[in-house]
Amino acid sequence: MELLNQVTQFVISGLATGSIYALIGLSFAIIFNSTGIINFAQGEFVMLGGVLTIFSLNVLHLPLIAAILVAVAVTTVIGLVFERLAIRPLKNATPLMLIIITIGASILIRGLVMLLWGKDTQALPAFSGTDPISVAGATLLPQHLWIFGVTVLVIIGCRLFFNHTISGKAMRACSFNRRAANLVGISVGRMVLFSFVISAAVGALAGVIIAPLTMTAYDVGVMLGLKGFCAAIMGGMGSGLGTVLGGLILGTLESLGAGLISSGYKDAIAFFILLLILFIRPQGLFKKGETERV
Amino acid sequence: MKSDRIKFLVFALVVLLIPLPLSGGYLTNVLIFVGINSVLALGLNLLLGYAGQISLGQAAFFGLGAYGSGVLTTAYGLNPWLAMVVVAVCVALFAFAIGFPVLRLKGHYLAMATLGVGVIVNIAFNETVELTGGPSGLSGIPNLSIGSLTFDSDLKNYYLVWVFALGMILLSLNLVNSRFGRGLRAIHDSEVAARVMGVNARLMKVQVFTLSAFMSAIMGSLYCHVMTFISPNSFGFHFSVEILTMIVIGGLGSVYGSILGALLLTLLPEMLRTFQDYDIIVYGLLLITMTIYLPGGLVEGIPALLRRLVPAKKVTEGSDA
Repeated sequence: MELLNQVTQFVISGLATGSIYALIGLSFAIIFNSTGIINFAQGEFVMLGGVLTIFSLNVLHLPLIAAILVAVAVTTVIGLVFERLAIRPLKNATPLMLIIITIGASILIRGLVMLLWGKDTQALPAFSGTDPISVAGATLLPQHLWIFGVTVLVIIGCRLFFNHTISGKAMRACSFNRRAANLVGISVGRMVLFSFVISAAVGALAGVIIAPLTMTAYDVGVMLGLKGFCAAIMGGMGSGLGTVLGGLILGTLESLGAGLISSGYKDAIAFFILLLILFIRPQGLFKKGETERV
Repeated sequence: MKSDRIKFLVFALVVLLIPLPLSGGYLTNVLIFVGINSVLALGLNLLLGYAGQISLGQAAFFGLGAYGSGVLTTAYGLNPWLAMVVVAVCVALFAFAIGFPVLRLKGHYLAMATLGVGVIVNIAFNETVELTGGPSGLSGIPNLSIGSLTFDSDLKNYYLVWVFALGMILLSLNLVNSRFGRGLRAIHDSEVAARVMGVNARLMKVQVFTLSAFMSAIMGSLYCHVMTFISPNSFGFHFSVEILTMIVIGGLGSVYGSILGALLLTLLPEMLRTFQDYDIIVYGLLLITMTIYLPGGLVEGIPALLRRLVPAKKVTEGSDA
C-alpha cells in the first residue's frame, strides 16, 4: 500500500511536469511546422516566462495576473525581435546555420538574463496557496491543478486557432508546402513571424506555471527546452495530441525513474528516452514512417 | 601541395619559437590551452566543416579522455602514457559504436542526439562520485614524464601539448587533401550524390566522428595531466558550444581557421578579465553575427578585407587550407 501511494504520488507530479513538457513541445512544433527550424532558444522563452514574472512581481510590484501578462508579452516581443534580427536576414539558410544561430541566440538570452538579474535561483509564490489536496492516498498541490488547467486551455486554444481561423489555416498551409502557400497569396514571411510569436507566448506561459513548483533561474531553459523537444519528437513534431501524450509519458517516466531508481539520474532518463526514440522511431511514436524526399 | 608544406613548416616553426621570448610566464600557460583547444576545434571542424555533420557533444569526448586518464592513473596507478592510449582507444570505440545510430540522423535531429549524448556523459561524471569525485572534482592527477623529465612547468607542458597538436594538425592537413577528405566534402554538399558516386557515406561519417572523438580524448588526457585537477563543469554543454564558436569564428572547413578560432576564443576571456561569466553574451553575439554576415569565418573574411583595402596589390594568400 505504501508503495502504491508512492507510485500514485510520482505519477501525479510526473503528469504535472509532463504537461509542461507538452506545452514546450507544442511551442517547438509550432515553429518547426511553419519554418522547418528547431529553435534551440526555445527553452530560453520558458526561462524568460518565469524570470520575468518574478521580476514584475517583486520589483515592479504588479499583481500576479498583471505580472504574468507582462512576462508573456515581453517574451513574445523577444520572440518577434529574434525572428526579425536573426532568422529573417538569412536567405537560403542551411539547417546547420539555423542551428548555430539559434544556439547563439539561446546563450545570448541566457547571458543577458544572468547579467541583469544574477545567478540566484528564485521562487514564484504558488498561484492559490500550497494547501495540499488529498487524492487516492497521494497529495495534489493547487499549483498542479493550475498546470493541468492552463495546459488544457492552451491545447484547445491552439486547436481552435489552427483549424478554425484564417491565420491558423494559412500557417498550416505553409507547413505543408511553403511554395504553394505563397502562390495562393499567403505571406509566408508573416506566417513565420506569427509562429515565433505564438511559440514564444506558449513557451513563456509554460515557464510561468512551472516556476512555483521548481523554482527558476537563468539556466533552467536548457533542460526544460530539451525535454520539451523530447516530447515533441515522441509526438512526431506535430502540434497535436501526439506531442501532448509524449510530454505526459516523458514526465511520468522521469518522475517514476527519479523516485524509484535514482534522483541523480533524473535528467539522464529523459535523454536516454530521447536517444532511443531518435534511433528507433525518429518519426515519432504514433506516426507512420515517411520516405525521405531528396 | 608544396606551398601547403611550406605553410605548415612556417606555422610549426612559429609555434616552437614563440615561448622563447616569453620565458615561461603567464602567456605560456594560456598558450598551452590554445594548443588543446585548437585540436578540439580541429576535430569538430573535420566533422562539421568538412563532412557537414554537427556535434554538440564534443566536450563529452574531451571529458571522457580527461576522466579516463585521471581515474586510471590515480585510483589504479596505471602508467599515464599507457592510460592515455587505452582511454583514447576506448573513447574511439565508444564513438564508433554510437556513431552508426547517431549519424544516421540529419540536421537538427543530429544536433539534438549529440547534445543528448553530451548531457548524459556529463551527468555520469557528476553522479559516479566514488569514481570521479562527483561535482567537487578529481585531484592529485600526476604530471606526465619521460624517464627523468617530468612535465611540471608551463614551458615543458607547452611543448608537450603542442608536439601532439602539431602532429594532429599535420595529420588533418594530409587527411583533408586525400581521397577521404574529398569524400567528406562530397557528403557535405550532397550525401545522396556522394553515395551515387561510390562514396561510402555512412561509414565515412562514422569514421570522421570517431577520429574527432579520438583527437578530443587524447587532448582530454593531456589536459588532466597538465591541470592535475578536473571537474565536470569543464566538460559540459557550455564547452561544446564554445568549441563550436571557435570554428564558426575561425572558419568552417579550414584547418588553420580552427586554430585561429581557438586562439581568439582562448585569449579573449583572458584579455577581458572583467567579463568572467558574461563571456557567453559575447559568444552568442559572435555566433549570430558571424553566421549571418561572415559564414566563411575569419580565414575568408580577413583576405577579403585585405583585397578591398589594397586593391592594387594582389593578395595571394590562399584561404583554402
